[in-house]
Amino acid sequence: MSKIIASAAIRGAHKIFDKVDAKYKEVLEKYGPDQEVGFPNTAYYLPIIYAMTGIGVSKLQDFDQILNLCRRLIPPPVREKTHLPYLAPTLDAGMATFFVEELYEAMRYLENPDCYATGEDQTDKTIWLGAASDLIFRKRGVEFVDGTAPGFAAIVGAAPDAQTAAKIALELQEKNLYVFMCGENGGKRFSEQLAEAGVQVGWPTRLVSFGPDIYQAVFAIGFACRVAMAFGGVKPGDFRRNLIYNKDRTYAFVMALGEVTDEWYANAAGCINWGFPTIADTPIPEVLPTGICTYEHVVSNIPHDHIVQKAVEVRGLKVQVAKVPVPVSYGPAFEGERVRGEDIYLEMGGGKTVAVEWTTTKRMEEVEDGKVEVVGPDVGDVKAGTRLHFAMLAEVAGRNFQEDFEPILERQNHHLINQAQGIMHIGQRDIAWIRVSKQAVEKGFKLEHIGKIIHAKYHQDFGAIFDKVQVKIYTEEAKVREVLEQARASYNHRDARVENMTDETVDTFYSCTLCQSFAPSHVCVVAPERTGLCGAYNWLDCRAAFEINPEGPNQPIQKGEMLDERYGQFKGCNDFVIKASRQKVTNVSLYSLMVDPMTTCGCCECIAAVLPMANGLMTVDRDYTGMTPCGMKFTTLAGSVGGGAQSPGFLGHSKYNITQRKFVKGDGGLARMVWMPKRLKEELHDRLVKRGEELGIPGLIDMIADETVATTEDEVIAYITEKGHPALTMESIL
Amino acid sequence: MADEKGKEKIRSIDNAAITLIEKAQKENVSTVFFRADELKPCPIGVEESCCKICGMGPCRLPRPKKAGEEKDRAGVCGATIETIVARNFARKIAAGTASHSDHAREVAETFLKTAQDEAQGFAIKDEVKLLEVALDYGIETEGRESREIAIDVGKKALEQFGKQDGELVYIKKAPLKRQEIWRKLGVVPRGIDREVVEMMHRTHMGVDQDYKHLMLQATRTALADGWGGSMISTDLQDIMFGTPVPILGTFNTGVFKEDQVNIVVHGHEPFLPELLVTATHDPEMKALAEKVGAKGINLTGMCCSANEVLMRHGIPCAGNFLQQELALVTGAVELMTVDVQCQMQGLQDVSECYHTKLVTTSDRAKIEGAIHIEFHPENGLDTAKKILRMAIENYPNRRHAVYIPAETQDAVVGFSHETINYLLGGLFRASYKPLNDNIINGRIRGVAGVVGCNNVRTVHDSAHIAMVKELIKNDVIVLTTGCAAMACGKAGLLTPEAARLYAGSGLAEVCEAVGIPPVLHMGACVDNSRILIAATALVKEGGLGDDISDLPAAGAAPEWMSEKALAIGQYFVASGVYTVFGTTWPTLGSEKVTKHLFEEHEELYKGMWAYEPDPIKAAGMMIAHIDKKRKALGLDKARERVLYDMAMRRALD
Repeated sequence: MSKIIASAAIRGAHKIFDKVDAKYKEVLEKYGPDQEVGFPNTAYYLPIIYAMTGIGVSKLQDFDQILNLCRRLIPPPVREKTHLPYLAPTLDAGMATFFVEELYEAMRYLENPDCYATGEDQTDKTIWLGAASDLIFRKRGVEFVDGTAPGFAAIVGAAPDAQTAAKIALELQEKNLYVFMCGENGGKRFSEQLAEAGVQVGWPTRLVSFGPDIYQAVFAIGFACRVAMAFGGVKPGDFRRNLIYNKDRTYAFVMALGEVTDEWYANAAGCINWGFPTIADTPIPEVLPTGICTYEHVVSNIPHDHIVQKAVEVRGLKVQVAKVPVPVSYGPAFEGERVRGEDIYLEMGGGKTVAVEWTTTKRMEEVEDGKVEVVGPDVGDVKAGTRLHFAMLAEVAGRNFQEDFEPILERQNHHLINQAQGIMHIGQRDIAWIRVSKQAVEKGFKLEHIGKIIHAKYHQDFGAIFDKVQVKIYTEEAKVREVLEQARASYNHRDARVENMTDETVDTFYSCTLCQSFAPSHVCVVAPERTGLCGAYNWLDCRAAFEINPEGPNQPIQKGEMLDERYGQFKGCNDFVIKASRQKVTNVSLYSLMVDPMTTCGCCECIAAVLPMANGLMTVDRDYTGMTPCGMKFTTLAGSVGGGAQSPGFLGHSKYNITQRKFVKGDGGLARMVWMPKRLKEELHDRLVKRGEELGIPGLIDMIADETVATTEDEVIAYITEKGHPALTMESIL
Repeated sequence: MADEKGKEKIRSIDNAAITLIEKAQKENVSTVFFRADELKPCPIGVEESCCKICGMGPCRLPRPKKAGEEKDRAGVCGATIETIVARNFARKIAAGTASHSDHAREVAETFLKTAQDEAQGFAIKDEVKLLEVALDYGIETEGRESREIAIDVGKKALEQFGKQDGELVYIKKAPLKRQEIWRKLGVVPRGIDREVVEMMHRTHMGVDQDYKHLMLQATRTALADGWGGSMISTDLQDIMFGTPVPILGTFNTGVFKEDQVNIVVHGHEPFLPELLVTATHDPEMKALAEKVGAKGINLTGMCCSANEVLMRHGIPCAGNFLQQELALVTGAVELMTVDVQCQMQGLQDVSECYHTKLVTTSDRAKIEGAIHIEFHPENGLDTAKKILRMAIENYPNRRHAVYIPAETQDAVVGFSHETINYLLGGLFRASYKPLNDNIINGRIRGVAGVVGCNNVRTVHDSAHIAMVKELIKNDVIVLTTGCAAMACGKAGLLTPEAARLYAGSGLAEVCEAVGIPPVLHMGACVDNSRILIAATALVKEGGLGDDISDLPAAGAAPEWMSEKALAIGQYFVASGVYTVFGTTWPTLGSEKVTKHLFEEHEELYKGMWAYEPDPIKAAGMMIAHIDKKRKALGLDKARERVLYDMAMRRALD
């Protein structure tokens, strides 16, 4: 701190406290102490207070305890002469500021439930998004964990003008950072400036307009607190671990644009507890000595064209920026951007025309690396609003290349193409769907650039497994259909191969410790019949990843002696897991949720849980926000099993895994499944039907209850009894 | 420092002291300053070349005056000059250890009585620290009442004094590497009293006559002070009276108030002072003061009793050791209490020149002619009130014109180890990390403990202030206790503003960030144990080696005079700290003993003594040592900023 900052922050904390305290009296008068309060759709109550104190604020009367705590935390003003040490009291005051601001926001939700949008995007009514629901939090949190998003910039205030705001935002997006925005400077707000400059604001573009005031800084910090609890296994109330976890792993910082008020100082002081420094564009005092943050605490007077670079450096973040030779910006932050309506220049696929992508192997001499051929009409040849057929053939060659790697590369196409600003990509294989925006065309984007993206990114991300790649893009219908036929034959061949691959046919499984950056004791063991719990990595992916980066998070595991056939325990797996989990986990079953189940990082697509009375299992995917028969919503389940701990009776898994043959085989397999969300059942419909038949239980899918017939265990029992579900007659699951 | 002919002798750098010395001179009142003019130090005693431990001597064995006249020197029994000097030195360490430890015994006994509800006016104030100390002692705390825990702590603490074997419990608080060194050399204390007794035995005529062997036991004795008695005293006092936190205090004789009843608590024990603080708030006492025409009661302190109540209650401190008589020369002091250690007998004569009542309060210390009112915890508050009443009633007896110097200086005091931990990160991120970080990045060059007494043979406070200013100018943060702390307080070095005025830019920047002074007041001389614990915390935080001796740190007592200072110095050296003493050095009679302490100790303990009367040169030696340690840690080179990617984050534990 500096004396000026400390004095201002403590003043600010007092001001905010007084305001919230007064507001509380008014709200209490109006609603009474038993009134329920909270942020929408979350199991983490008011997340900062919950993370720091372990207190789950759910009623107005709970505020008293928090306000009393804050009274003790906020120190008297800093004396002018011979003052007492102020760093610690200022940090405490900053913490108290967050606590009371969360209370304030909870009251705002109570008084005006529509004050914020509820989804990922702004609505016609409001640009402000408010607290992230657990659904948004989990989806986005995964990106923090897998490294797609290294952190976030909490922007407070506004740039001098909309263009500068857009430029700063773009630069942050290019560094893959999330941008969390709140606060106002001279009547202007960064979010509104972006909207004014025509930038798409919302979670999908990582430009998150939390709210109009400084108070909404708590939504950014609350997000960080939840990351530690959900993925880091940090218990609520374990404030120290939560703060240090964020300091070490969440690369966030505050960017203060405009006049720094006492209230801003109070919030900035609070952020320092998490190791999040402040970078300001105004000449406020600096705090350069290190210790609470990794490097400097407050750096000031940075010009706007340097501020992003400076912020990243002060936070100690290394960002790998993809260099792709396209005339638009490129990076994960642009994945979520939509192209629609008037903005569409060119559309391919999506049901109206054919669009197919196929990556295949060629001999070395057949491939000229980097060659991109476009056959047929290109952007320049058609008018805005045109639809074209599309086929992209990526021909790969190399000494280390294997046929098994083809689908791995091909599957990357979606997000590789989607990461280009102004290009929207959906689907894969023969259901691809591409839109090119007018803005991208204006910047000079042509179809050949899709090929250039593929060439550049294949090399950057997978360079170790191939040597050369050339891309052929066709937009003439006849040629497109020709490629389509060849591609479909290839898809069928691949599917059959994957389908026939079993755990018994290989000696080597693969680990995935990608998530250890956030869940240090979690280890995934990926086998042919057990894809990773996030749904993103199957055995072939892991094998390729190991080829690409032999030192990376996917390591081969010699499965070794089989110790337990029923539950799928292997000596090699256990040995590996002990070491890789830093001695936290000693035994792991690949085929059970009852006995030594695999840990989860929190990124799992689904969580299965025992329903003891029903003698079966249920599973719920993270898109389902309703109550489940085990008495917990997905987010509560994830909160209790995530973070790398073994929790018998619960198992994180991927959607695909449900229909794999080894799925909880030791506990009775899919025949134990008594409840699933309806949408998940529909999504897996064909595979569920097929697997049911394979198990000799035709019609199993219809015996599995869903939320339309049961949301409690009793209702599940009634339903499955009526349907004669096999679980009822199996041996006791306990 | 020698006075130049025809010029007034400079006796102090403190203007309050100077004016009162002049007043005393005018009024023909004898003080330590004038007695020192009359009585020069014994030239043989000053180098400890004299043995008087048996009736066959004393044997005087001065060093030859001229070079080339060296010969083997030995007493009539054949004891070599090495044995004689080492024995004298060891006995001083034994006396110093005995003093701190006997103080600590009193603390432990009072603590036990407090726990058993037998101490009037005392309570268990810091329950958190009680639990921490219980943990150190291996006492079960789960599901037990704090009173029960406190009784066990008190008993266990008392056991430390009479233990015959094993190790003192606090030894385990030291860094592991340090414990290994001690065990290897066989200097881990078994019991506090045992080590002092054995030291006295081994220095008796005709027992241990190998100076290196004598110094091993002297070390074991000193460790029984630093990691024994002193540490017990600090911990238990904190539990009873509260662990100090930063508080505003005021220093120097200007704290007396002409129209109020002025009381000075002087000495080292905090018990009576604590209860006097309580008693002054008693409405009955306030009414009595009003009745005698005083505008209030002004409780003040001197020496380490002052430090204790200063850092816990903000009670003003009227001055340090050499100002004790001068305080009475103001004519404004109604009553001075003294308990143990560092109270000059000269006080009685001075008090008789004014209306001041001198009250001795410890059953272990009387002064001929002084009033004796013994303090016992069983009726402590009654005693405090009795003394306070006596002071108030003495207010009308002022018979001289009162002269109170204008000098006062505000300061921030009370930096316990626990509070430093908090101050560096707040409630939620408390740790030493920022301190370690800024030592590592070089904003702070190192840490120095500047402690100890005043000594009338050097200009009052001058060496302290010169050394401390030199250190902070060179970005060395200073931890201070005892009379050194008061010197710093009076000179304004304990203010946050001092950082800007005197500190180097790196240190100033850190002080500005944390809001602390560049010199941290850590308590009384018995609280040097706090410095040991802080040093250990620095080691445990990481990045600065794995032992105290690896730290870029040094210690000093530039104006030392008491035997306690030598015990402190020896336990710092044995804990791995380079320690420089000023003013005088008591082993100069033997080159070998001096070499053993100044050089060979480094091989044994990785810490060693040094002697340098010039405070600036001494500071330079400390800084050179700090730089040596920085180099060994690889901190002498600038470090590149590390930027983290995901793979590096995955590698984190």
